[in-house]
Amino acid sequence: MSTILKKLKRSKNANSIWRQPLAVVGISIIAIWTFLAIFAPWIAPYNPNAQDADKFLTPSAAHWMGTDELGRDIWSRIIHGARISLPYSLLLVVLSASIGSIIGAISGYAGGKIDSFIMRVTDVFFAFPGIVLAMAVAAALGPQIRNAVIAVTIVAWPVYARLVRGLILNAKQNDYVTASALLGSSALRTMVVDLRPNLSGPVFVLASLEVGNALLLLSGLSFLGLGAQPPAAEWGSMVSMGAVNFDRWWVGLFPGLAILTAVLAFNFIGDSLRDALDPRTAKALRD
Amino acid sequence: MNLLTVENLTVTLATGSGEAQAVRNLSFNVGRGEILGVAGESGSGKTMTALSMLGLLPYKGKASGSIMFDGREILTSTKREYRDIRGKEIAMIFQDPMTSLHPMLTVEVQLTEHLRHHRKVSKAAARNSALELLATVKIPEPASALSAHPSQFSGGMRQRIAIAMALACEPKLLIADEPTTALDVTVQAGILKLLHQLRTDRNLSVMVITHDLGVLSSLTDRIMIMYAGSEVESGATSDLLQNPRHPYTKGLIAALPGNSEVNSKNLLSIDGMPPELGNFPSGCAFHTRCKFAKASCKETVPEVLNLSSDHRIFCPINPFSELSNSGSK
Amino acid sequence: MNEILNLKNVAVEYDRHGRKVRAVAGVDLTLNSGEILGLVGESGCGKSTLGKAIVGILSPITGEIVFDGQKVKKLTRGKRPEHFRNLQMVFQDPYGSLNPRRKIGVQIADGLIVAGMSKKLALVKAADLLEKVGLPRNAVDRFAHQFSGGQRQRISIARALAASPTAIIADEPISALDTSSQAQVANLLVNLVDEFDMGMVFISHDLSIVRRISDRVAVMYLGKIVEVGTVDQIWNNPSHPYTRALISAIPHADGTSFMPKDLPGDVPNPMSPPSGCRFHPRCPLAKAECASNEPELRKLADGRDVSCVLQTAGSQPVTITLN
Repeated sequence: MSTILKKLKRSKNANSIWRQPLAVVGISIIAIWTFLAIFAPWIAPYNPNAQDADKFLTPSAAHWMGTDELGRDIWSRIIHGARISLPYSLLLVVLSASIGSIIGAISGYAGGKIDSFIMRVTDVFFAFPGIVLAMAVAAALGPQIRNAVIAVTIVAWPVYARLVRGLILNAKQNDYVTASALLGSSALRTMVVDLRPNLSGPVFVLASLEVGNALLLLSGLSFLGLGAQPPAAEWGSMVSMGAVNFDRWWVGLFPGLAILTAVLAFNFIGDSLRDALDPRTAKALRD
Repeated sequence: MNLLTVENLTVTLATGSGEAQAVRNLSFNVGRGEILGVAGESGSGKTMTALSMLGLLPYKGKASGSIMFDGREILTSTKREYRDIRGKEIAMIFQDPMTSLHPMLTVEVQLTEHLRHHRKVSKAAARNSALELLATVKIPEPASALSAHPSQFSGGMRQRIAIAMALACEPKLLIADEPTTALDVTVQAGILKLLHQLRTDRNLSVMVITHDLGVLSSLTDRIMIMYAGSEVESGATSDLLQNPRHPYTKGLIAALPGNSEVNSKNLLSIDGMPPELGNFPSGCAFHTRCKFAKASCKETVPEVLNLSSDHRIFCPINPFSELSNSGSK
Repeated sequence: MNEILNLKNVAVEYDRHGRKVRAVAGVDLTLNSGEILGLVGESGCGKSTLGKAIVGILSPITGEIVFDGQKVKKLTRGKRPEHFRNLQMVFQDPYGSLNPRRKIGVQIADGLIVAGMSKKLALVKAADLLEKVGLPRNAVDRFAHQFSGGQRQRISIARALAASPTAIIADEPISALDTSSQAQVANLLVNLVDEFDMGMVFISHDLSIVRRISDRVAVMYLGKIVEVGTVDQIWNNPSHPYTRALISAIPHADGTSFMPKDLPGDVPNPMSPPSGCRFHPRCPLAKAECASNEPELRKLADGRDVSCVLQTAGSQPVTITLN
């Protein structure tokens, strides 16, 4: 992680992440959501679970985004929803990246039969559309936000495994790995000391690109009733209520927009990070 | 009249930190049927010199000055005019035969492609020309070679095929950029012999760019030594190699493994490193590594000093002038 | 002068697209402490493969490689046995031989840390080694990309030195460098061999440098050694037609009209080498028997080894002229 930051600081102006407007937009949006999430209890005008107002009020000065089917203020629920969506998505990414990277590293370094076996397993996972697999796991475990996180982690780890395996296979061919072995380093030590530093960059970039996906999957599961349960103010389940009440456009639109802005923002950040850290696309950007 | 006359050629490139001159006020000639060697370390500007003649400078590169080829100015050519020159009047071969031939196309296609573009001949006639060309460059079994792909040939053979391609439209000037650097020594000998043969048979002019003084000695009639984008010394090959007069040339020759002190295993080398593009020292660029440098060397760009009718240096100090100059013609 | 490396009948194969290629087809070789043995040959002769087999990156399918009294084993996933850590390698590519993401100091210190030294002390020694190879001590905190090709090779050499090697296999260590750096790194290797009384196998296709720094030279062709002798013997009076062809092909940078002689034909495919003497299809002096008998390496009266029917064991070398 520190190497990423150092590299960003060291990069010439043309490559700097701050020069990419999309990155600035993305970071700003996430910063706003984070701020809202942290200070939700003080910012939200109403208690997110208070059913005080009338049902299905259109957006007005009193209720900026109207009220939902139980008379709760949608804007307040959206702010509080950020407290679920953001942390859980990040947790998901950390879990899946860690698990996936370790599996991929073992596969890449061990080679041979172990590698083939692990790769076949990841192929099986890749064969399923993410949401379908996540649904199956979440349904089997029981509808709860914690189980939804487990389900999405199970769906998300293979992409890291494949990346890390590829990186290790590449790195293994370098003479410095052979040199380590000649000096007496065991395979395990070489893996940890020599190869790990080469992995953090690409894995970090992939993770930042995957946060958006994680958020979408999580919201999707909640939309289907398999994730966050009522009365939790989670964006996905709010959209689900909006789908049922399509003529009351505000019920589904605003949570949908919340998801959209957050996912887009993470994608912008991920794209810019990748461009800044990948020497080849960075060059293309500069010229 | 010389086939090629270059005067005050300056090539400016765009780098990450602004503009930089890769070639500075360079002037030289190549006569008809003459082989000129252009020598220098990396960063000397030798490749950019060649590319400017073909209009192949990198994106945002600019050339100024004059390049007279076969009696006409070509520096100011348009893109279309350059396309006519390339292959037909001036051809080029490169260092790495692995990457200079298309791996997916057969030899026949690659040989006949621009033959048919420049000369509008029929497929059959082009094929015959291709067979002749392969015979000229001594590829065994030319007929089956035509339908093969470059990956089926060794490095030396590929270079011969590249030469055949270059000769397809009978250019007057062949530019060879490090043509044998990637080849084994026995294979290199074959290519050198071939280039000699082509000059004799076709009156082909050749501009050989290389840092290898052995190749220059075997192949060229005249040599121009470049440093940091400018010429430092030029002259007839035998004269220049036997009586080098610029400190840099002297240093290069002394650094040859065969020339170091007899009883020592240690190789001599010129102290320091060649300067990087955009960071050339002021005045005479070599002054930072030169044993004979004086204060004035830092300030003034050296002017030409003619030692004889065919040997000149760019060094006002001329530190070796008291040595006898044998056979200047 | 004692023998530090001994190779007997070493053959090495590797897999290429499912077919086996015998890159080294039976090689005998010795290396002594304090000597530089140049290993030369053109593309496809197997010199690099042989170098890798000597240190244990590849495993020979026949023959044995003995280093300082013990048989060299192939590198495994475990720690390389301590005895063999004195047998080190310097690689060709200055850009792949250092880890771009680790500081230089810890990479040099690796050899010491694995041997049990504390990290703190190892880093101090790493700085010492950097000084020995002509780089500043503070380079320990820098990264590979901050150094030029020549400097990176020096760092790789420092890393190898951390293991206190008694023999170093240098696989084209200067081929990827510019001319000034070549001389500097070559000089460094020569001085280190002298100072530490190491043995070095210097694999290279650059015959001029090999001539300069080697004591003895071994010439390889298509997986076999054709001649081994002192530098003077090889250059001034080669006793194998291939050696003669090789020497005659070297250009002279003296401004005379000397034209290097070419050797017609191509190196045959190592997957299907010629019968008998491997060089016979291209040899201007080949006799009828050369197509069926593969000549053994024989020792001549002046101490060199050569595998050619034109030379008789125990006699003075017969002069070889090609025309």
